[in-house]
Amino acid sequence: MRRLFAPWSLNLALLALLALASLLSLGFGAAPLTPGEVLAGLFGTGSEEQRLIVQQIRLPRVVLAWLVGAALGATGAALQGLLRNPLAEPGLLGISASAGLGAVLTLHFGVTAISLWLLPGAAMLFALLATLALYLLTRRGASNLTLILAGVALSALAGALTSLALNLAPNPANVQDIVLWLLGSISDRSFDDVLLALPFVVVGLMLLLATAPALEVLALGEAEAASLGVDLARLRGLIVLGAALAVGSTVAVSGTIGFVGLVVPHLLRRLVHHRPGALLVPSALGGALLVLVADIALRLLDTPRELMLGVVTALVGAPFFLALVLRSRGAPG
Amino acid sequence: MSLLRVEGLEVRVGARVLLREVALALEAGELLGVVGPNGSGKSTLVKAIAQLLPHRGAVWLDGDSLARLSARQRARRLAYLGQDDGVRWPTSVADLVALGRHPWQSGGWGGASAARDREAVERALDAAEVEALRERRLDTLSGGERARARLARALAVEAPLLLADEPIAAADPRHQLRIMELLRAHCTRGAGVVLVLHDLTLASRFCDRLLLLHQGQVLAQGRPEQVLDAAKLRTAYGIEVLGGSHQGERYLIPWRCVETD
Repeated sequence: MRRLFAPWSLNLALLALLALASLLSLGFGAAPLTPGEVLAGLFGTGSEEQRLIVQQIRLPRVVLAWLVGAALGATGAALQGLLRNPLAEPGLLGISASAGLGAVLTLHFGVTAISLWLLPGAAMLFALLATLALYLLTRRGASNLTLILAGVALSALAGALTSLALNLAPNPANVQDIVLWLLGSISDRSFDDVLLALPFVVVGLMLLLATAPALEVLALGEAEAASLGVDLARLRGLIVLGAALAVGSTVAVSGTIGFVGLVVPHLLRRLVHHRPGALLVPSALGGALLVLVADIALRLLDTPRELMLGVVTALVGAPFFLALVLRSRGAPG
Repeated sequence: MSLLRVEGLEVRVGARVLLREVALALEAGELLGVVGPNGSGKSTLVKAIAQLLPHRGAVWLDGDSLARLSARQRARRLAYLGQDDGVRWPTSVADLVALGRHPWQSGGWGGASAARDREAVERALDAAEVEALRERRLDTLSGGERARARLARALAVEAPLLLADEPIAAADPRHQLRIMELLRAHCTRGAGVVLVLHDLTLASRFCDRLLLLHQGQVLAQGRPEQVLDAAKLRTAYGIEVLGGSHQGERYLIPWRCVETD
Protein backbone atom coordinates (compact mmCIF):
# COMPACT_ATOMS: atom_id res chain seq x y z
CA MET A 1 0.00 0.00 0.00
CA ARG A 2 1.34 3.41 -0.95
CA ARG A 3 1.62 5.67 2.04
CA LEU A 4 2.73 9.24 2.50
CA PHE A 5 4.61 8.03 5.54
CA ALA A 6 4.12 5.39 8.20
CA PRO A 7 2.51 6.31 11.54
CA TRP A 8 5.74 5.58 13.39
CA SER A 9 7.66 8.18 11.38
CA LEU A 10 5.06 10.78 12.28
CA ASN A 11 5.39 9.81 15.94
CA LEU A 12 9.16 9.92 15.68
CA ALA A 13 9.05 13.40 14.14
CA LEU A 14 6.72 14.63 16.88
CA LEU A 15 8.98 13.10 19.54
CA ALA A 16 12.02 14.85 18.06
CA LEU A 17 10.18 18.20 18.04
CA LEU A 18 9.06 17.56 21.59
CA ALA A 19 12.65 16.90 22.72
CA LEU A 20 13.79 20.07 20.98
CA ALA A 21 11.03 22.18 22.53
CA SER A 22 11.78 20.66 25.95
CA LEU A 23 15.44 21.63 25.63
CA LEU A 24 14.41 25.17 24.68
CA SER A 25 11.97 25.41 27.56
CA LEU A 26 14.58 24.17 30.07
CA GLY A 27 17.11 26.70 28.86
CA PHE A 28 14.72 29.62 28.84
CA GLY A 29 14.16 31.89 31.84
CA ALA A 30 15.63 34.57 34.10
CA ALA A 31 18.98 32.77 33.93
CA PRO A 32 19.29 31.62 30.29
CA LEU A 33 21.14 28.35 29.75
CA THR A 34 22.61 26.94 26.53
CA PRO A 35 21.42 23.50 25.41
CA GLY A 36 24.76 22.09 26.57
CA GLU A 37 24.31 23.60 30.04
CA VAL A 38 20.75 22.30 30.15
CA LEU A 39 21.91 18.75 29.39
CA ALA A 40 24.71 19.09 31.95
CA GLY A 41 22.23 20.29 34.57
CA LEU A 42 19.74 17.63 33.62
CA PHE A 43 22.16 14.71 33.93
CA GLY A 44 23.86 16.10 37.04
CA THR A 45 27.23 16.91 35.48
CA GLY A 46 26.80 20.70 35.59
CA SER A 47 27.25 23.17 38.43
CA GLU A 48 25.09 23.02 41.55
CA GLU A 49 23.21 26.09 40.34
CA GLN A 50 22.52 24.62 36.90
CA ARG A 51 21.30 21.39 38.45
CA LEU A 52 18.96 23.27 40.78
CA ILE A 53 17.53 25.47 38.04
CA VAL A 54 17.03 22.70 35.52
CA GLN A 55 15.95 19.85 37.74
CA GLN A 56 13.98 21.59 40.47
CA ILE A 57 12.58 24.71 38.86
CA ARG A 58 12.20 24.17 35.13
CA LEU A 59 11.83 20.41 34.70
CA PRO A 60 8.52 20.11 36.60
CA ARG A 61 7.04 22.75 34.33
CA VAL A 62 8.19 20.89 31.22
CA VAL A 63 6.98 17.51 32.46
CA LEU A 64 3.62 19.03 33.40
CA ALA A 65 3.33 20.47 29.90
CA TRP A 66 3.88 16.94 28.53
CA LEU A 67 1.29 15.43 30.84
CA VAL A 68 -1.35 18.09 30.36
CA GLY A 69 -0.88 18.20 26.59
CA ALA A 70 -0.78 14.44 26.13
CA ALA A 71 -3.88 13.97 28.27
CA LEU A 72 -5.86 16.65 26.46
CA GLY A 73 -4.67 15.64 22.97
CA ALA A 74 -5.35 11.93 23.41
CA THR A 75 -8.70 12.52 25.12
CA GLY A 76 -9.79 14.82 22.30
CA ALA A 77 -8.84 12.26 19.67
CA ALA A 78 -10.52 9.40 21.56
CA LEU A 79 -13.75 11.35 22.14
CA GLN A 80 -13.83 12.38 18.48
CA GLY A 81 -13.42 8.75 17.48
CA LEU A 82 -16.04 7.49 19.92
CA LEU A 83 -18.64 10.11 19.11
CA ARG A 84 -17.56 10.08 15.45
CA ASN A 85 -17.55 13.83 15.53
CA PRO A 86 -14.54 16.09 14.87
CA LEU A 87 -15.89 18.78 17.21
CA ALA A 88 -15.76 16.65 20.36
CA GLU A 89 -13.26 17.97 22.88
CA PRO A 90 -12.99 17.74 26.67
CA GLY A 91 -13.20 21.54 26.98
CA LEU A 92 -16.10 22.11 24.61
CA LEU A 93 -18.06 19.21 26.03
CA GLY A 94 -17.86 20.51 29.57
CA ILE A 95 -15.59 17.77 30.92
CA SER A 96 -12.83 20.23 31.82
CA ALA A 97 -15.29 22.72 33.29
CA SER A 98 -16.84 19.98 35.41
CA ALA A 99 -13.44 18.81 36.62
CA GLY A 100 -12.75 22.47 37.38
CA LEU A 101 -15.96 22.71 39.38
CA GLY A 102 -14.94 19.70 41.46
CA ALA A 103 -11.60 21.33 42.23
CA VAL A 104 -13.19 24.76 42.91
CA LEU A 105 -15.59 23.25 45.43
CA THR A 106 -12.68 21.92 47.47
CA LEU A 107 -10.97 25.34 47.27
CA HIS A 108 -14.23 27.08 48.19
CA PHE A 109 -14.73 25.04 51.30
CA GLY A 110 -11.03 25.36 52.09
CA VAL A 111 -10.74 21.64 52.66
CA THR A 112 -7.68 21.11 50.44
CA ALA A 113 -5.50 21.05 53.56
CA ILE A 114 -7.20 17.87 54.80
CA SER A 115 -5.62 15.76 52.12
CA LEU A 116 -3.41 16.32 49.12
CA TRP A 117 -5.73 13.99 47.22
CA LEU A 118 -8.98 15.82 47.86
CA LEU A 119 -8.70 18.39 45.07
CA PRO A 120 -7.56 16.00 42.31
CA GLY A 121 -10.01 13.37 43.54
CA ALA A 122 -12.90 15.80 43.29
CA ALA A 123 -11.72 16.96 39.86
CA MET A 124 -11.59 13.39 38.57
CA LEU A 125 -14.95 12.49 40.08
CA PHE A 126 -16.63 15.47 38.43
CA ALA A 127 -14.90 14.75 35.11
CA LEU A 128 -16.18 11.19 35.31
CA LEU A 129 -19.74 12.34 36.05
CA ALA A 130 -19.63 14.81 33.16
CA THR A 131 -18.30 12.25 30.66
CA LEU A 132 -20.91 9.75 31.80
CA ALA A 133 -23.70 12.33 31.49
CA LEU A 134 -22.57 13.25 27.98
CA TYR A 135 -22.44 9.66 26.96
CA LEU A 136 -25.92 8.94 28.30
CA LEU A 137 -27.30 12.07 26.64
CA THR A 138 -25.91 11.24 23.23
CA ARG A 139 -25.70 7.48 22.93
CA ARG A 140 -28.86 6.90 20.91
CA GLY A 141 -27.84 8.20 17.53
CA ALA A 142 -27.81 11.80 18.67
CA SER A 143 -26.79 14.38 16.09
CA ASN A 144 -23.71 16.61 16.24
CA LEU A 145 -25.98 19.42 17.33
CA THR A 146 -27.35 17.48 20.32
CA LEU A 147 -23.84 16.61 21.40
CA ILE A 148 -22.51 20.14 21.21
CA LEU A 149 -25.61 21.54 22.90
CA ALA A 150 -25.34 18.97 25.67
CA GLY A 151 -21.71 20.04 26.10
CA VAL A 152 -22.70 23.71 26.15
CA ALA A 153 -25.36 23.00 28.77
CA LEU A 154 -22.93 21.00 30.88
CA SER A 155 -20.26 23.73 30.58
CA ALA A 156 -22.83 26.38 31.49
CA LEU A 157 -23.98 24.42 34.52
CA ALA A 158 -20.43 23.83 35.72
CA GLY A 159 -19.64 27.51 35.05
CA ALA A 160 -22.71 28.69 36.96
CA LEU A 161 -21.89 26.51 39.96
CA THR A 162 -18.28 27.73 39.82
CA SER A 163 -19.53 31.33 39.84
CA LEU A 164 -21.78 30.47 42.76
CA ALA A 165 -18.80 29.09 44.63
CA LEU A 166 -16.94 32.37 43.95
CA ASN A 167 -19.98 34.42 44.91
CA LEU A 168 -20.34 32.68 48.24
CA ALA A 169 -16.62 32.33 48.90
CA PRO A 170 -16.02 32.89 52.64
CA ASN A 171 -13.03 35.22 52.19
CA PRO A 172 -11.03 37.07 49.50
CA ALA A 173 -8.10 34.67 49.76
CA ASN A 174 -10.33 31.82 48.62
CA VAL A 175 -11.57 33.95 45.72
CA GLN A 176 -8.04 34.68 44.57
CA ASP A 177 -7.08 31.01 44.88
CA ILE A 178 -10.03 29.99 42.75
CA VAL A 179 -9.60 32.67 40.08
CA LEU A 180 -5.87 32.09 39.63
CA TRP A 181 -6.42 28.38 39.49
CA LEU A 182 -9.25 28.70 36.97
CA LEU A 183 -7.09 30.63 34.49
CA GLY A 184 -4.97 27.53 34.00
CA SER A 185 -1.22 27.51 34.39
CA ILE A 186 1.76 25.22 34.77
CA SER A 187 4.20 27.79 36.16
CA ASP A 188 5.57 27.56 39.71
CA ARG A 189 4.79 23.86 39.91
CA SER A 190 6.92 21.37 41.78
CA PHE A 191 7.55 17.68 41.38
CA ASP A 192 4.80 17.09 43.94
CA ASP A 193 2.33 18.30 41.33
CA VAL A 194 3.94 16.13 38.69
CA LEU A 195 3.81 13.05 40.90
CA LEU A 196 0.19 13.77 41.77
CA ALA A 197 -0.95 13.81 38.16
CA LEU A 198 1.51 11.32 36.67
CA PRO A 199 -0.03 7.97 37.71
CA PHE A 200 -3.54 9.02 36.69
CA VAL A 201 -2.45 10.48 33.39
CA VAL A 202 -0.44 7.33 32.62
CA VAL A 203 -3.31 4.98 33.47
CA GLY A 204 -5.79 7.23 31.66
CA LEU A 205 -3.59 7.34 28.55
CA MET A 206 -3.13 3.57 28.63
CA LEU A 207 -6.89 3.05 28.75
CA LEU A 208 -7.39 5.50 25.88
CA LEU A 209 -4.60 4.03 23.73
CA ALA A 210 -5.95 0.50 24.28
CA THR A 211 -9.07 1.53 22.37
CA ALA A 212 -7.18 2.22 19.13
CA PRO A 213 -8.14 -0.96 17.20
CA ALA A 214 -11.79 -0.73 18.27
CA LEU A 215 -11.94 2.98 17.36
CA GLU A 216 -10.68 2.14 13.87
CA VAL A 217 -13.55 -0.29 13.39
CA LEU A 218 -16.10 2.07 14.95
CA ALA A 219 -15.52 4.32 11.93
CA LEU A 220 -17.96 1.96 10.17
CA GLY A 221 -20.80 2.84 12.53
CA GLU A 222 -21.98 1.07 15.65
CA ALA A 223 -23.90 -1.82 14.09
CA GLU A 224 -21.16 -2.90 11.69
CA ALA A 225 -18.50 -2.42 14.35
CA ALA A 226 -20.46 -4.69 16.70
CA SER A 227 -20.81 -7.25 13.89
CA LEU A 228 -17.01 -7.27 13.62
CA GLY A 229 -16.70 -8.21 17.27
CA VAL A 230 -16.20 -4.76 18.85
CA ASP A 231 -17.62 -4.66 22.37
CA LEU A 232 -19.22 -1.21 22.31
CA ALA A 233 -20.00 -1.10 26.02
CA ARG A 234 -16.38 -1.90 26.89
CA LEU A 235 -15.10 0.67 24.39
CA ARG A 236 -17.28 3.41 25.85
CA GLY A 237 -16.34 2.41 29.38
CA LEU A 238 -12.61 2.58 28.62
CA ILE A 239 -12.89 6.01 27.01
CA VAL A 240 -15.15 7.49 29.68
CA LEU A 241 -12.84 6.26 32.43
CA GLY A 242 -9.64 7.14 30.55
CA ALA A 243 -10.90 10.65 29.75
CA ALA A 244 -12.00 11.25 33.33
CA LEU A 245 -8.66 10.10 34.79
CA ALA A 246 -6.47 11.93 32.29
CA VAL A 247 -8.43 15.20 32.12
CA GLY A 248 -9.48 15.21 35.76
CA SER A 249 -5.94 14.78 37.05
CA THR A 250 -4.40 17.35 34.72
CA VAL A 251 -7.13 19.90 35.49
CA ALA A 252 -6.33 19.26 39.14
CA VAL A 253 -2.71 20.39 38.73
CA SER A 254 -3.00 22.93 35.92
CA GLY A 255 -6.51 24.34 36.00
CA THR A 256 -8.66 24.36 32.88
CA ILE A 257 -6.74 24.55 29.62
CA GLY A 258 -9.05 24.50 26.64
CA PHE A 259 -9.01 23.68 22.94
CA VAL A 260 -5.84 21.56 22.90
CA GLY A 261 -7.97 18.43 22.45
CA LEU A 262 -9.79 20.04 19.54
CA VAL A 263 -6.92 21.65 17.67
CA VAL A 264 -4.30 18.89 17.85
CA PRO A 265 -6.30 15.94 16.45
CA HIS A 266 -7.67 18.21 13.77
CA LEU A 267 -4.20 19.25 12.59
CA LEU A 268 -2.89 15.67 12.59
CA ARG A 269 -5.91 13.78 11.21
CA ARG A 270 -4.92 14.17 7.58
CA LEU A 271 -1.43 12.84 8.32
CA VAL A 272 -2.85 9.54 9.60
CA HIS A 273 -5.28 9.28 6.68
CA HIS A 274 -8.29 10.04 8.87
CA ARG A 275 -7.91 6.80 10.83
CA PRO A 276 -9.37 7.46 14.30
CA GLY A 277 -7.29 4.78 16.05
CA ALA A 278 -4.00 5.76 14.43
CA LEU A 279 -4.68 9.34 15.55
CA LEU A 280 -4.38 8.61 19.29
CA VAL A 281 -0.60 8.44 19.80
CA PRO A 282 0.23 11.37 17.49
CA SER A 283 -2.45 13.44 19.27
CA ALA A 284 -0.90 12.70 22.66
CA LEU A 285 2.56 13.71 21.37
CA GLY A 286 1.19 16.68 19.45
CA GLY A 287 -0.77 17.85 22.49
CA ALA A 288 2.36 17.73 24.62
CA LEU A 289 4.23 19.68 21.95
CA LEU A 290 1.50 22.31 21.61
CA VAL A 291 1.21 22.96 25.35
CA LEU A 292 4.99 23.14 25.68
CA VAL A 293 5.29 25.60 22.78
CA ALA A 294 2.40 27.70 24.13
CA ASP A 295 4.10 27.75 27.51
CA ILE A 296 7.35 28.95 25.89
CA ALA A 297 5.49 31.53 23.82
CA LEU A 298 3.73 33.12 26.77
CA ARG A 299 7.10 33.59 28.46
CA LEU A 300 8.51 35.21 25.30
CA LEU A 301 5.65 37.70 25.06
CA ASP A 302 6.48 41.02 26.64
CA THR A 303 3.37 41.51 28.75
CA PRO A 304 3.12 43.50 32.03
CA ARG A 305 2.41 40.21 33.79
CA GLU A 306 3.06 36.69 32.58
CA LEU A 307 0.04 35.38 30.70
CA MET A 308 -1.66 32.26 32.01
CA LEU A 309 -1.48 29.16 29.81
CA GLY A 310 -5.26 28.61 29.79
CA VAL A 311 -5.74 32.19 28.59
CA VAL A 312 -3.31 31.69 25.71
CA THR A 313 -4.78 28.37 24.50
CA ALA A 314 -8.29 29.84 24.63
CA LEU A 315 -7.20 32.97 22.74
CA VAL A 316 -5.73 30.81 19.98
CA GLY A 317 -8.19 27.92 20.16
CA ALA A 318 -11.51 29.72 20.15
CA PRO A 319 -10.99 31.42 16.75
CA PHE A 320 -9.72 28.10 15.44
CA PHE A 321 -12.93 26.43 16.61
CA LEU A 322 -15.00 29.16 14.98
CA ALA A 323 -13.11 28.67 11.70
CA LEU A 324 -13.72 24.92 11.93
CA VAL A 325 -17.45 25.41 12.45
CA LEU A 326 -17.66 27.89 9.58
CA ARG A 327 -15.78 25.53 7.28
CA SER A 328 -17.91 22.52 8.14
CA ARG A 329 -21.10 24.54 7.61
CA GLY A 330 -23.20 22.81 4.99
CA ALA A 331 -21.10 19.65 5.15
CA PRO A 332 -23.15 16.61 6.10
CA GLY A 333 -23.13 16.10 9.84
CA MET B 1 -26.95 -29.40 7.36
CA SER B 2 -28.07 -25.94 6.42
CA LEU B 3 -25.55 -23.10 6.60
CA LEU B 4 -28.09 -20.89 8.38
CA ARG B 5 -31.20 -22.00 10.19
CA VAL B 6 -33.56 -19.63 12.00
CA GLU B 7 -36.42 -20.87 14.17
CA GLY B 8 -39.17 -19.02 16.02
CA LEU B 9 -37.43 -15.66 15.76
CA GLU B 10 -39.25 -12.91 17.57
CA VAL B 11 -38.19 -9.31 18.21
CA ARG B 12 -40.08 -6.97 20.51
CA VAL B 13 -39.46 -3.36 21.45
CA GLY B 14 -41.55 -2.70 24.53
CA ALA B 15 -45.06 -3.90 23.70
CA ARG B 16 -44.52 -3.68 19.94
CA VAL B 17 -43.78 -6.88 18.11
CA LEU B 18 -41.43 -6.18 15.20
CA LEU B 19 -40.95 -9.79 14.13
CA ARG B 20 -43.01 -12.85 14.95
CA GLU B 21 -42.36 -16.54 14.38
CA VAL B 22 -39.84 -16.17 11.58
CA ALA B 23 -38.27 -19.40 10.38
CA LEU B 24 -35.89 -19.82 7.48
CA ALA B 25 -33.05 -21.96 6.21
CA LEU B 26 -30.20 -21.08 3.88
CA GLU B 27 -27.79 -23.45 2.15
CA ALA B 28 -24.20 -22.60 1.31
CA GLY B 29 -24.00 -21.06 -2.16
CA GLU B 30 -27.54 -19.78 -1.95
CA LEU B 31 -28.78 -16.18 -2.34
CA LEU B 32 -31.86 -15.49 -0.24
CA GLY B 33 -33.68 -12.24 -0.93
CA VAL B 34 -35.72 -10.59 1.82
CA VAL B 35 -38.48 -8.37 0.42
CA GLY B 36 -41.42 -6.57 1.93
CA PRO B 37 -42.80 -3.06 2.44
CA ASN B 38 -41.15 -0.42 4.62
CA GLY B 39 -41.51 -1.29 8.27
CA SER B 40 -42.23 -4.96 7.60
CA GLY B 41 -39.17 -6.01 9.62
CA LYS B 42 -36.53 -6.71 6.95
CA SER B 43 -33.70 -4.80 8.62
CA THR B 44 -34.82 -6.09 12.01
CA LEU B 45 -34.56 -9.64 10.69
CA VAL B 46 -30.97 -9.34 9.45
CA LYS B 47 -29.92 -7.46 12.59
CA ALA B 48 -31.45 -10.16 14.78
CA ILE B 49 -29.69 -12.89 12.78
CA ALA B 50 -26.43 -10.94 13.20
CA GLN B 51 -27.14 -10.88 16.97
CA LEU B 52 -27.23 -7.10 16.96
CA LEU B 53 -30.69 -6.97 18.55
CA PRO B 54 -32.15 -8.72 21.57
CA HIS B 55 -34.49 -11.43 20.29
CA ARG B 56 -36.17 -14.71 21.09
CA GLY B 57 -35.77 -17.86 19.07
CA ALA B 58 -32.78 -19.72 17.76
CA VAL B 59 -30.24 -18.89 15.05
CA TRP B 60 -27.94 -21.71 14.02
CA LEU B 61 -24.87 -21.33 11.82
CA ASP B 62 -23.49 -24.66 10.61
CA GLY B 63 -25.12 -26.29 13.62
CA ASP B 64 -23.70 -23.83 16.19
CA SER B 65 -26.00 -21.52 18.10
CA LEU B 66 -24.90 -18.00 17.16
CA ALA B 67 -25.95 -16.63 20.54
CA ARG B 68 -23.48 -18.98 22.25
CA LEU B 69 -20.46 -18.09 20.11
CA SER B 70 -18.02 -15.47 21.37
CA ALA B 71 -18.26 -12.08 19.65
CA ARG B 72 -14.99 -12.77 17.82
CA GLN B 73 -15.99 -16.26 16.66
CA ARG B 74 -19.29 -14.90 15.45
CA ALA B 75 -17.58 -12.03 13.66
CA ARG B 76 -15.40 -14.48 11.73
CA ARG B 77 -18.32 -16.53 10.52
CA LEU B 78 -20.87 -13.86 9.74
CA ALA B 79 -20.37 -10.58 7.89
CA TYR B 80 -22.95 -7.82 8.27
CA LEU B 81 -23.34 -4.92 5.87
CA GLY B 82 -25.70 -2.35 7.38
CA GLN B 83 -28.25 -0.22 5.65
CA ASP B 84 -26.94 3.06 7.01
CA ASP B 85 -23.64 4.22 5.63
CA GLY B 86 -22.19 5.09 9.02
CA VAL B 87 -18.71 5.91 7.76
CA ARG B 88 -17.91 9.43 8.96
CA TRP B 89 -14.19 9.77 8.28
CA PRO B 90 -12.87 10.11 4.74
CA THR B 91 -10.42 7.22 4.95
CA SER B 92 -9.07 5.50 1.84
CA VAL B 93 -10.94 2.58 0.27
CA ALA B 94 -8.06 0.24 1.15
CA ASP B 95 -8.16 1.30 4.81
CA LEU B 96 -11.94 0.82 4.88
CA VAL B 97 -11.74 -2.67 3.39
CA ALA B 98 -8.94 -3.65 5.80
CA LEU B 99 -11.34 -3.07 8.72
CA GLY B 100 -13.11 -6.26 7.62
CA ARG B 101 -10.09 -8.18 8.91
CA HIS B 102 -10.58 -6.99 12.48
CA PRO B 103 -12.03 -10.31 13.76
CA TRP B 104 -8.89 -12.10 12.53
CA GLN B 105 -6.37 -9.74 14.09
CA SER B 106 -5.02 -10.52 17.53
CA GLY B 107 -5.35 -7.21 19.33
CA GLY B 108 -2.65 -5.57 17.21
CA TRP B 109 -2.43 -1.88 16.48
CA GLY B 110 -3.79 -2.23 12.98
CA GLY B 111 -0.56 -1.26 11.28
CA ALA B 112 1.16 -4.65 11.13
CA SER B 113 -1.48 -6.86 9.60
CA ALA B 114 -0.41 -10.34 8.65
CA ALA B 115 0.16 -11.45 5.08
CA ARG B 116 -3.06 -13.48 5.27
CA ASP B 117 -5.04 -10.33 6.02
CA ARG B 118 -3.43 -8.43 3.16
CA GLU B 119 -4.30 -11.23 0.77
CA ALA B 120 -7.91 -11.27 1.97
CA VAL B 121 -8.11 -7.50 1.44
CA GLU B 122 -6.73 -7.91 -2.09
CA ARG B 123 -9.29 -10.64 -2.85
CA ALA B 124 -12.10 -8.44 -1.52
CA LEU B 125 -10.96 -5.39 -3.51
CA ASP B 126 -10.84 -7.62 -6.55
CA ALA B 127 -14.19 -9.32 -5.93
CA ALA B 128 -16.02 -6.01 -5.48
CA GLU B 129 -14.12 -4.48 -8.41
CA VAL B 130 -12.71 -1.59 -6.44
CA GLU B 131 -8.95 -2.24 -6.88
CA ALA B 132 -8.68 0.88 -9.03
CA LEU B 133 -10.23 2.94 -6.24
CA ARG B 134 -8.01 1.63 -3.44
CA GLU B 135 -6.19 4.91 -2.73
CA ARG B 136 -9.25 7.08 -3.25
CA ARG B 137 -10.75 8.84 -0.27
CA LEU B 138 -14.34 7.82 0.50
CA ASP B 139 -15.62 11.36 0.19
CA THR B 140 -14.50 11.47 -3.44
CA LEU B 141 -16.51 8.39 -4.48
CA SER B 142 -19.91 8.29 -6.15
CA GLY B 143 -22.79 6.57 -4.37
CA GLY B 144 -22.35 3.40 -6.43
CA GLU B 145 -18.58 3.30 -5.92
CA ARG B 146 -19.06 3.82 -2.22
CA ALA B 147 -21.60 0.98 -2.09
CA ARG B 148 -19.07 -1.34 -3.77
CA ALA B 149 -16.31 -0.21 -1.38
CA ARG B 150 -18.54 -1.01 1.59
CA LEU B 151 -19.39 -4.38 0.04
CA ALA B 152 -15.66 -5.07 -0.32
CA ARG B 153 -15.27 -4.32 3.41
CA ALA B 154 -17.91 -6.99 4.18
CA LEU B 155 -16.34 -9.46 1.75
CA ALA B 156 -12.93 -9.00 3.39
CA VAL B 157 -14.25 -10.78 6.49
CA GLU B 158 -14.35 -13.92 4.30
CA ALA B 159 -17.18 -15.26 6.41
CA PRO B 160 -19.30 -18.13 5.10
CA LEU B 161 -22.44 -16.03 5.65
CA LEU B 162 -23.04 -12.49 4.40
CA LEU B 163 -26.00 -10.43 5.59
CA ALA B 164 -26.49 -7.37 3.39
CA ASP B 165 -29.17 -4.80 4.17
CA GLU B 166 -30.10 -2.89 1.02
CA PRO B 167 -26.59 -2.64 -0.44
CA ILE B 168 -27.95 -1.31 -3.74
CA ALA B 169 -30.21 1.41 -2.34
CA ALA B 170 -27.82 4.26 -3.18
CA ALA B 171 -26.60 2.90 -6.52
CA ASP B 172 -27.64 3.78 -10.07
CA PRO B 173 -29.18 1.04 -12.29
CA ARG B 174 -25.84 -0.07 -13.71
CA HIS B 175 -24.21 -0.26 -10.27
CA GLN B 176 -27.27 -2.11 -8.99
CA LEU B 177 -26.85 -4.77 -11.67
CA ARG B 178 -23.09 -4.96 -11.00
CA ILE B 179 -23.59 -5.39 -7.28
CA MET B 180 -26.20 -8.11 -7.83
CA GLU B 181 -23.74 -9.91 -10.13
CA LEU B 182 -20.99 -9.55 -7.51
CA LEU B 183 -23.25 -11.03 -4.83
CA ARG B 184 -24.15 -13.93 -7.15
CA ALA B 185 -20.45 -14.53 -7.73
CA HIS B 186 -19.90 -14.50 -3.98
CA CYS B 187 -22.49 -17.31 -3.71
CA THR B 188 -20.82 -19.21 -6.54
CA ARG B 189 -17.63 -19.18 -4.46
CA GLY B 190 -19.59 -21.05 -1.79
CA ALA B 191 -20.92 -18.36 0.55
CA GLY B 192 -24.52 -17.97 1.67
CA VAL B 193 -26.03 -14.50 1.29
CA VAL B 194 -29.11 -12.97 2.89
CA LEU B 195 -29.95 -9.82 0.97
CA VAL B 196 -32.56 -7.18 1.75
CA LEU B 197 -33.77 -5.35 -1.35
CA HIS B 198 -36.72 -3.46 -2.77
CA ASP B 199 -36.37 -4.04 -6.50
CA LEU B 200 -38.72 -6.90 -7.33
CA THR B 201 -37.22 -7.58 -10.76
CA LEU B 202 -33.69 -7.88 -9.37
CA ALA B 203 -35.04 -10.02 -6.54
CA SER B 204 -36.78 -12.30 -9.02
CA ARG B 205 -33.81 -12.57 -11.39
CA PHE B 206 -30.87 -12.91 -9.02
CA CYS B 207 -32.15 -14.62 -5.89
CA ASP B 208 -32.49 -18.38 -5.51
CA ARG B 209 -35.25 -17.98 -3.01
CA LEU B 210 -37.24 -15.11 -1.56
CA LEU B 211 -38.78 -14.37 1.78
CA LEU B 212 -41.68 -11.90 1.77
CA LEU B 213 -42.26 -10.12 5.06
CA HIS B 214 -45.50 -8.41 5.94
CA GLN B 215 -46.13 -6.77 9.33
CA GLY B 216 -43.31 -8.69 10.95
CA GLN B 217 -44.41 -12.09 9.73
CA VAL B 218 -43.42 -14.30 6.83
CA LEU B 219 -46.15 -13.97 4.21
CA ALA B 220 -44.45 -16.26 1.73
CA GLN B 221 -41.17 -18.05 1.28
CA GLY B 222 -39.86 -20.04 -1.65
CA ARG B 223 -38.76 -19.70 -5.24
CA PRO B 224 -39.21 -16.18 -6.69
CA GLU B 225 -42.11 -17.12 -8.97
CA GLN B 226 -43.97 -18.63 -6.01
CA VAL B 227 -43.44 -15.63 -3.75
CA LEU B 228 -43.92 -12.77 -6.19
CA ASP B 229 -47.46 -13.56 -7.29
CA ALA B 230 -50.12 -10.93 -7.80
CA ALA B 231 -52.25 -11.78 -4.76
CA LYS B 232 -49.34 -11.82 -2.32
CA LEU B 233 -47.88 -8.56 -3.64
CA ARG B 234 -51.30 -6.99 -3.34
CA THR B 235 -51.58 -8.10 0.27
CA ALA B 236 -48.04 -7.14 1.25
CA TYR B 237 -47.55 -3.85 -0.59
CA GLY B 238 -51.05 -2.84 -1.69
CA ILE B 239 -49.88 -2.59 -5.29
CA GLU B 240 -50.74 -4.03 -8.62
CA VAL B 241 -47.72 -5.27 -10.51
CA LEU B 242 -47.16 -5.35 -14.25
CA GLY B 243 -45.16 -8.43 -15.13
CA GLY B 244 -43.73 -10.24 -18.11
CA SER B 245 -40.66 -12.06 -19.22
CA HIS B 246 -37.64 -11.20 -21.30
CA GLN B 247 -35.15 -13.81 -22.52
CA GLY B 248 -36.66 -16.31 -20.16
CA GLU B 249 -36.39 -14.09 -17.07
CA ARG B 250 -39.24 -12.41 -15.22
CA TYR B 251 -39.59 -8.70 -14.76
CA LEU B 252 -42.03 -6.96 -12.43
CA ILE B 253 -42.97 -3.30 -12.53
CA PRO B 254 -44.98 -1.74 -9.70
CA TRP B 255 -47.91 -0.24 -11.60
CA ARG B 256 -50.56 1.25 -9.35
CA CYS B 257 -51.65 1.39 -5.73
CA VAL B 258 -54.69 -0.67 -4.84
CA GLU B 259 -56.81 -1.09 -1.76
CA THR B 260 -55.60 -3.95 0.43
CA ASP B 261 -58.16 -6.36 1.80
